[in-house]
Amino acid sequence: MSTTFNVLQHIMVPDHEIMSEEEVSDLLSTYQITHEQLPKIYHDDPAVKTIEAAIGDVVRIVRVSQTAGRAESYRLVVKRPKK
Amino acid sequence: MTSPKRIGKIEFGLLSPKDIRKMSVRKIIWADTYDDDGFPYPQGLMDLNLGVIDPGLRCKTCDNRAGDCPGHFGHIELAKPVVHVGYTRLIRKLLRVTCKICSRLLLSPEEIKKILGPVDEFSDELITEKDIKKERICPHCGEQQLKINFEKPTTFSEVWTEEGRKTEHKLTPADIRARLEKIPDEDLRLLGINPVVARPEWTILTVLPVPPVTMRPSIILENGQRSEDDLTHKLVDIIRINQRFKENQDAGAPQLIIEDLWELLQYHVTTYLDNEVAGCPPARHRSGRPLKTLSQRLKGKEGRFRGSLSGKRVNFSARTVISPDPNLSIGEVGIPLAIANEMTLPIRVTQFNIEELRRYVLNGPERPTIRSPCGANYAIRPDNRRMRLSDANLETVAEMLEPGWTVERQLKEADIVLFNRQPSLHRMSIMAHRVVVMDGKTFRLNPAVCPPYNADFDGDEMNLHIPQTEEARAEAEILVSVQANILSPRTGGPIIGGIHDHISGIFLLTHTIRHFHKEDTLYLTQHLPIEHLPEPDRIDDDGNPLWTNKQVFSLVLPDDLNMLFQASSCQNCETCKREMCENDAFVRIVAGNLITGTIDKKGIGAFDGQILHRIIRQHGMKRAARFIDDVTKLSIRGIMLEGFSFGIDDEDLTKTEYGQIDEVLNGALGDVERRIKIYNEGQLEPMPGRTLEETLEMQIMQVLGKARDRTGEIAGRHLGLSNSAVVMAVSGARGSMLNLTQMAGCLGQQSVRGERIVRGYDERTLPHFKKGDRGADAHGFIKNSYKSGLTPTEFFFHAIGGREGLVDTAVRTSQSGYLQRRMINALQDLKVAYDGSVRTTGGRIIQFTYGEDGTDPARSAFGDPVDVKGIVENVLKEEV
Repeated sequence: MSTTFNVLQHIMVPDHEIMSEEEVSDLLSTYQITHEQLPKIYHDDPAVKTIEAAIGDVVRIVRVSQTAGRAESYRLVVKRPKK
Repeated sequence: MTSPKRIGKIEFGLLSPKDIRKMSVRKIIWADTYDDDGFPYPQGLMDLNLGVIDPGLRCKTCDNRAGDCPGHFGHIELAKPVVHVGYTRLIRKLLRVTCKICSRLLLSPEEIKKILGPVDEFSDELITEKDIKKERICPHCGEQQLKINFEKPTTFSEVWTEEGRKTEHKLTPADIRARLEKIPDEDLRLLGINPVVARPEWTILTVLPVPPVTMRPSIILENGQRSEDDLTHKLVDIIRINQRFKENQDAGAPQLIIEDLWELLQYHVTTYLDNEVAGCPPARHRSGRPLKTLSQRLKGKEGRFRGSLSGKRVNFSARTVISPDPNLSIGEVGIPLAIANEMTLPIRVTQFNIEELRRYVLNGPERPTIRSPCGANYAIRPDNRRMRLSDANLETVAEMLEPGWTVERQLKEADIVLFNRQPSLHRMSIMAHRVVVMDGKTFRLNPAVCPPYNADFDGDEMNLHIPQTEEARAEAEILVSVQANILSPRTGGPIIGGIHDHISGIFLLTHTIRHFHKEDTLYLTQHLPIEHLPEPDRIDDDGNPLWTNKQVFSLVLPDDLNMLFQASSCQNCETCKREMCENDAFVRIVAGNLITGTIDKKGIGAFDGQILHRIIRQHGMKRAARFIDDVTKLSIRGIMLEGFSFGIDDEDLTKTEYGQIDEVLNGALGDVERRIKIYNEGQLEPMPGRTLEETLEMQIMQVLGKARDRTGEIAGRHLGLSNSAVVMAVSGARGSMLNLTQMAGCLGQQSVRGERIVRGYDERTLPHFKKGDRGADAHGFIKNSYKSGLTPTEFFFHAIGGREGLVDTAVRTSQSGYLQRRMINALQDLKVAYDGSVRTTGGRIIQFTYGEDGTDPARSAFGDPVDVKGIVENVLKEEV
């Protein structure tokens, strides 16, 4: 059974978008980190599947924050390990 | 200092029998330890090759004396292999996934490919037990597989059905080892096992390492007898059985006896490794105490990891009972002379302080009174030789002192120390205080710093640590000092402030307007750091100046403070009468003068002191600390002016009130009866989503709850602010009006899990009631108060309700303790980097900005960087 609705349209799901290569390299240089030091998100996460991000992509997540109003975070798409 | 080294990798593996024999210095064959002369038996468990613990002997392996010899392993050759309990699950898994005949993995190469996926860069998957169906046929040799049964602790058997009957065949450790030996290396790699460091057959022991004597020393009791370590006892057992096993084997004993001995050997080896295995009776000492074997040494709170490595006892620390001293500043701690004399801090001798340090040395280790100057206990020479100072060598050492030496001088006034109370649940559990040397034997602290430590004085003990370096002292002062921790990072509000009598006292002092003569005014203000009294409010008929209570309080406020807020005693009236409030609960401070309102918990309390909070924002921590000192001293004078006490007759009401209370209670009981009658007649309308019984119960609870509150109101009407308990409840110092209701009015319904008490006998709670009685008193309603005294049945119900509370607290503390532990383990190495991101030690990012807004709650005004409302209020002197 496949669901037909888009999880991103749910009120509690924050915006996800794939970042371009320049954006990623900018991000990595501002924080002076490597890919591996980014937070991770699994490739089979419903939001990741919806935006069709591939393993190795970096996803920008913009959420409404109680404290800051708007908060951005970035996650590296990785393969879900077995179990 | 050497530069730290980075750990590349850690490899975990098994010891192979070859490794064990290689590291062994001696084969152990005798179960005996010492001979009659007290000399170790050669090839016994205390063999001199295994290391020495007795002074005077030398190790035969490394030729060192006791203390220098690290100890060396020996080994025991087991007559037959036995299973290592720690690896039973691995053994079970391997037996289930491999063929009983050819020992290959029960999957064809195609199946393996299907499970692991294409061999590309992401493939780090492993084969698990679930990938292999039970009792299948081996794809390599075509053998039908049998089900492997595992019985705790160490028994494996094969099960199959033959002619409708279940048959079981036990596998000996030797059988298992034979199977494991045959598993090919490639198959092990697919299972996630590195065969180079961990061949599976090494989980079946054929040779047992004997740990060095240094890790199982024997102790000599007072009567000269030797008492061996638990491990030695267990090893003795193993060697004895092993010996007997070998003899029987050589003599060709019947299979049955061999099997019995084999099982016995397995038992001893199992309990030697772990004496708390499920399904295995623990091996016991002669006294009946279970032996502490290898696993028990490592596991748990007192084990090697949590007890000896993560938690160690330290030097330069002291512990004793605490008691209160309101005359100390909040940043001070009183230390007994005995402790101050014992504890030291190292001071390096320079040409600038040599004369001072010489004086310390000359004073010696004995400081006679708390007023005398401090002395020194040790002097350390430039070659790091430590010299204990005693009366005999004071002068010589003082003479020899020169730059390059270090003097360990005693604690003295104004030294900075760390003060701690367990459980250390938040960072305010350890704060830096300044030393005040005192008489007596307890640590003294200002009661205003009790809340962050969660301390009281019913026998609490606290620990004290002395920072030993200049760097540590600087850090303690800047980051850890009490005044740096007045604001809690949890709420952003103050956590240090007035408690109990401070609040009652300031309430009594500031409530309504009163006038004091000069005598009383000076009595109240004598401990405040002020030079002049303000202009008197008015002159009385005899021409004497009078000051108001609000003027007195205003003396401790900064001059430019403007505030408006509702006190704790505010009744939340529908329309606030502000300055005209009859409870004097509208606090208005203009230019540092209290105009109206009563100061209480909301003003200076430990958790919501608004005045304190505002002073911190406007004038900083130092002024706030002074404010706490001043206000607590003033409030204590305020409470002492008239005295404050509570006795049994403070709960007395008049006949009228007792009559009213009875009326209310009887009315409620009648109401309950009536509702039960309606229920019994089947006339009760159920509430939506409830059964009839639930509806009735809820109605009864409601009626009785209301009745209890009514009695409280009646009692409260009689007991005014002349009653100490009312003062405490209204000011927020301690207790509530509910407590007072229960003392003077009516105790009310006792409950278990939020419901009336229903448990007990068949259809009734106690034999005093009829079966099926749904009445109020049959289910735990207490008409009496603590003052009037409880009837026997009421007393019993009260005990039931009270027990639930006790159990709840016990469960809550243990659960939250464990939660805290897990949380600390997860978060302990995170830190906020200079760019505001939260990172692990490996530089991995957890949050891109701390808390998403990068705000320190202790430095923000309720989440905002600037307290706009407060500033506007301060300027306009009006509410916004």
